[in-house]
Amino acid sequence: MSSVLYDTPGPRAKRRNVLLSVVFFVLFALLLWWIWQTMDDKGQLRWALWEPFTESQAWTTYLLPGLGNTLKAAALAMVIALPLGALFGISRLSDHRWVRGPAGAVVELFRAIPVLLLMLFANEFYDRYTNVSSEQRPLYAVVTGLVLYNASVLAEIVRAGILSLPKGQSEAAMAIGLRKGQTMTNVLLPQAVTAMLPAIVSQLVVIVKDTALGGVMIGFTELLNTRGTLAANYANVVQSFVVVAIIFIVLNFLITSFASWLEGRLRRGKKSTGVVLGPATVEGTAATGAGGTI
Amino acid sequence: MPSPNRDQGGGTPRCPRTPPTPEAREIVFDFLSDYDDPSIWGAFWMTVKLTALSGVGSLVWGTLLAAMRVSPVPLMRGFGTAYVNIVRNIPLTVIIVFTSLGLADIFGMTMGASDFDVRGFRLAILGLVAYTAAFVCEAIRSGINTVPLGQAEAARAIGLSFSQTLGLVVLPQAFRSVIGPLANVLIALTKNTTVAAAIGVAEAALLMKEMIENEAQTLLIGAVFAFGFVVLTLPTGLVLGWLSKRLAVKR
Amino acid sequence: MKLRKVSAAAATALVLALTATACGGDNGDGDDTGSGSGGGDKIKIGIKYDQPGLGLKKPDGSFSGFDVDVATYVAKELGYEPNQIEFVETKSADRENALARGDVKFIAATYSINDERAKKVDFAGPYLLAHQDLLVKADSDITESTDLNGKNLCSVTGSTSAQNVKDDFAPKANLKENSGYSECIAALQSGAVDALTTDDSILAGFAAQEQYKGQFKLAGLKLSNENYGIGVKKGDTATVDKINAALEKMVSDKAWDKAVTDNFGPANYKNEPAPKIGNIVK
Repeated sequence: MSSVLYDTPGPRAKRRNVLLSVVFFVLFALLLWWIWQTMDDKGQLRWALWEPFTESQAWTTYLLPGLGNTLKAAALAMVIALPLGALFGISRLSDHRWVRGPAGAVVELFRAIPVLLLMLFANEFYDRYTNVSSEQRPLYAVVTGLVLYNASVLAEIVRAGILSLPKGQSEAAMAIGLRKGQTMTNVLLPQAVTAMLPAIVSQLVVIVKDTALGGVMIGFTELLNTRGTLAANYANVVQSFVVVAIIFIVLNFLITSFASWLEGRLRRGKKSTGVVLGPATVEGTAATGAGGTI
Repeated sequence: MPSPNRDQGGGTPRCPRTPPTPEAREIVFDFLSDYDDPSIWGAFWMTVKLTALSGVGSLVWGTLLAAMRVSPVPLMRGFGTAYVNIVRNIPLTVIIVFTSLGLADIFGMTMGASDFDVRGFRLAILGLVAYTAAFVCEAIRSGINTVPLGQAEAARAIGLSFSQTLGLVVLPQAFRSVIGPLANVLIALTKNTTVAAAIGVAEAALLMKEMIENEAQTLLIGAVFAFGFVVLTLPTGLVLGWLSKRLAVKR
Repeated sequence: MKLRKVSAAAATALVLALTATACGGDNGDGDDTGSGSGGGDKIKIGIKYDQPGLGLKKPDGSFSGFDVDVATYVAKELGYEPNQIEFVETKSADRENALARGDVKFIAATYSINDERAKKVDFAGPYLLAHQDLLVKADSDITESTDLNGKNLCSVTGSTSAQNVKDDFAPKANLKENSGYSECIAALQSGAVDALTTDDSILAGFAAQEQYKGQFKLAGLKLSNENYGIGVKKGDTATVDKINAALEKMVSDKAWDKAVTDNFGPANYKNEPAPKIGNIVK
């Protein structure tokens, strides 16, 4: 796509591009060198500060249990939020005002409240009205908060995906006598989900990152939380943040890689349905949902 | 904003609360006026300032990143892609804390402020911009993809260079088609400013934590702040949603 | 089509597995931690996980610190062996709520007694008298709180100690708020701040850590009195009385002194003598 924006480089343009690349590279290398040098000056590269991460106990006592909880909360939130989001997204497109209205209100409300507050409310709710044990309550509260917010965002993504489909799809479905429900589940939803996969995936990444909010006020022992305990032991605050950041990057990279592999499979398998959805349309509508993905 | 330990020792809470009296109903919302440094209005004003300044900053930096990602220079494309994929995958808390622990403390980037309140505010904006720009970049890039190929081809045909094609023809159209997604980014940004509390910026979430710790009325205080955020974000969504429909390129 | 079925099956399996793990720990032990009768029950005690010398979760998963030793002793007097104790992390912001909800039986986590808190929880003790102090670099020339004028002072977000200094001693001190003490120490080490302020007991614990040995010193100022008490759910006077009896016994049979030596000895921390129960030093 990007190649449409500029001509195939000729000799002069090639030279200019190489020059720009070199300048850019030198600047970038200088920056990296400066970072390394300053870290070294301030003693942040001392092996003693990094060495704890080579010990098994740092992982088994702090990082892995934290990561486990992060993954558990994220996975639960994902499997609950995805169907719920689809349900709300479809409800917002309902022909009946009394379905459309409440669904819209719920989605708009939960999108507007910070996740941290949703978790806080959920925690109080479980304490007062259920007998969830105090060990499990933070997990429940974190998952609830994540589900409420992300299901709302996913609802918007699904809705945008369905709206992006050519009108002929639902018309054809009706013409062959499918009911509204059948049209939705057999024709529209599968196509919409495939089309919106990039946006859905970035929302899943958001879920993983937002588990970190559970450690702030309701004492959920996720990765960022156990990092604090680790740093208090080994006196390596900066290093612990670097390691945790890397863990998050790798984790989310795995999720996005898996998703793009899945997307490739789905796209290939869909050829026979005859949907004319140019990549531009797909990307464009994907953006409608992708925006909410922070 | 993980604050593993605040107020470890003690002393008295910073903002004393008037003792409960029988006229409970009158004083349920007492806490709203008890806090004056900052007041609830001051705290939300800080949230608004953070949102506005980071919003502008991330729009600029995000557009630049998007331009890099579609530029003819391979290294810039690589940098843009790597930046977006790394920054998007790190929790915002980590980024914000890093601006303070890393940039300010280790690399001495004091943001031209020796006063820690001002510095924290500027660092928070820097962190929010760095993070939000990745999302702005992706939104704009998908907007660029919605511009019909013919537009760019026509621009090139009349001899416009890459920057002219992008700046004069493609981006103006791309922006109009991504107002909706950008509005979503702005709403998310508004809520994300709460993370700035991690480095002590006196915005709404910090005040809320302080209030909850001092008042032990979690639900009521939480509801007040939730309402505040709804007031801030709902109109943003509605206005920009209307704008995106008005400005959409009819094709 | 085939793929979709496979992934649906996989997703179902995943959900089931996760639900199973999620509920695994939920074996109905409820919120009630017994009423001090002991027996085969467990007791949940709130401590800090990230304060060397007071309450620290160590790499091998065990806990150490003065608060931990006091809590263990008190639990024993209440009829719980060490293996029946379950330590729970109670962060400062969550201490009152954790007691009100009954998540923990009592809290020993650098919990200083004051009027505001006493409205929401009941306190046993005090069991330690600490003072607000400054931690500075070993070669620092800051010896008095007024020296802080124009200097950079670090404390934890929302903490009262730094504000106290600013209000009462050094109005021109430049206040930096970090999210934790570890972060403040890092800033002190890198020279970004000149001093860190909070209770001397906490500061001593950090200063005595292997990695920081010899780098920092306490200024030795007594800027405030912090009476560490054991927090108990409001109205549970029976437990308060039992804990007070346990604390008195701990002092009289010298276990208190041993806990002090064990935990504060390496820090070279000159602690105050054991406080009398109910004697809150203002």
